[in-house]
Amino acid sequence: MIPIAYPLSLAAILFIIGIIGFLLRKNAIVIFMCLELMFNAANLVFITFSNYYQLIDGQVFVVFVMTVAAAEVAVGLALMVAIFRTKHSIDIDQMNSLKG
Amino acid sequence: MTLNLLLFLALAVIAIASAAGLIMSRNTVYSALFLIINFLTVAVFYLVMGAPFIALAQITVYAGAIMVLFLFVIMMLGAEKPNEIERMKWQRPLAIVLSGAILLEGVYALITRVAVNVTTSPATEALSDPKTLGISLYTKYSLPFEITSVILLVAAIGAVILTNKSRKEAGK
Repeated sequence: MIPIAYPLSLAAILFIIGIIGFLLRKNAIVIFMCLELMFNAANLVFITFSNYYQLIDGQVFVVFVMTVAAAEVAVGLALMVAIFRTKHSIDIDQMNSLKG
Repeated sequence: MTLNLLLFLALAVIAIASAAGLIMSRNTVYSALFLIINFLTVAVFYLVMGAPFIALAQITVYAGAIMVLFLFVIMMLGAEKPNEIERMKWQRPLAIVLSGAILLEGVYALITRVAVNVTTSPATEALSDPKTLGISLYTKYSLPFEITSVILLVAAIGAVILTNKSRKEAGK
């Protein structure tokens, strides 16, 4: 089988790519997708250690992370639509006032 | 042995390339499609590491439901391309340097947690059976499991209220 450091490094690299995208991009939807990428990397670490310790708990946590990610995407995209309706833009630089 | 390693390396290259494509693509729809490729490759990793239920849940929930929601919103907002011209020039190099530092730290911290020669185990009956997962979810983790139902309810109501209110304001 594969050395355990490989999937862990891959997860770290995916997480960092998510952070880079989060910092550099201005399109709010792309920023959301980078968040999903980071969730995904965290899930990969959970599964790797679940395999390493031969415990099912890691997989249970992945189920919870998926549920919360789904909830987060539903609310986040609803927010995005609401912001687009008032500002007519999803550029993150335009979102600089609390009152729409 | 080596076949598994080859599979992993090939898929890892695809995963990293698709993640890079996600953040570099100018078109939001392409970004979403790159993310789907990434989710599919990570699902194969789950399968290799003996979590078939999670792998299929990943494909149906992430690559299926969540990405359809993303594509739906992208289409609805007209795949708008905000101008990516930086107002602060120093931001981009600083962000790359800082994330490179986090990358080194993250890889170092994760690798030094475990011995270098430790490998993943092949899928065992106890770990890859969805029944084990279900029993653990409904006994040991029953309270968190119930709480997620509340979270989903709040998210559903919140999404409806957010879009409903803005529609009323637009009609005024």
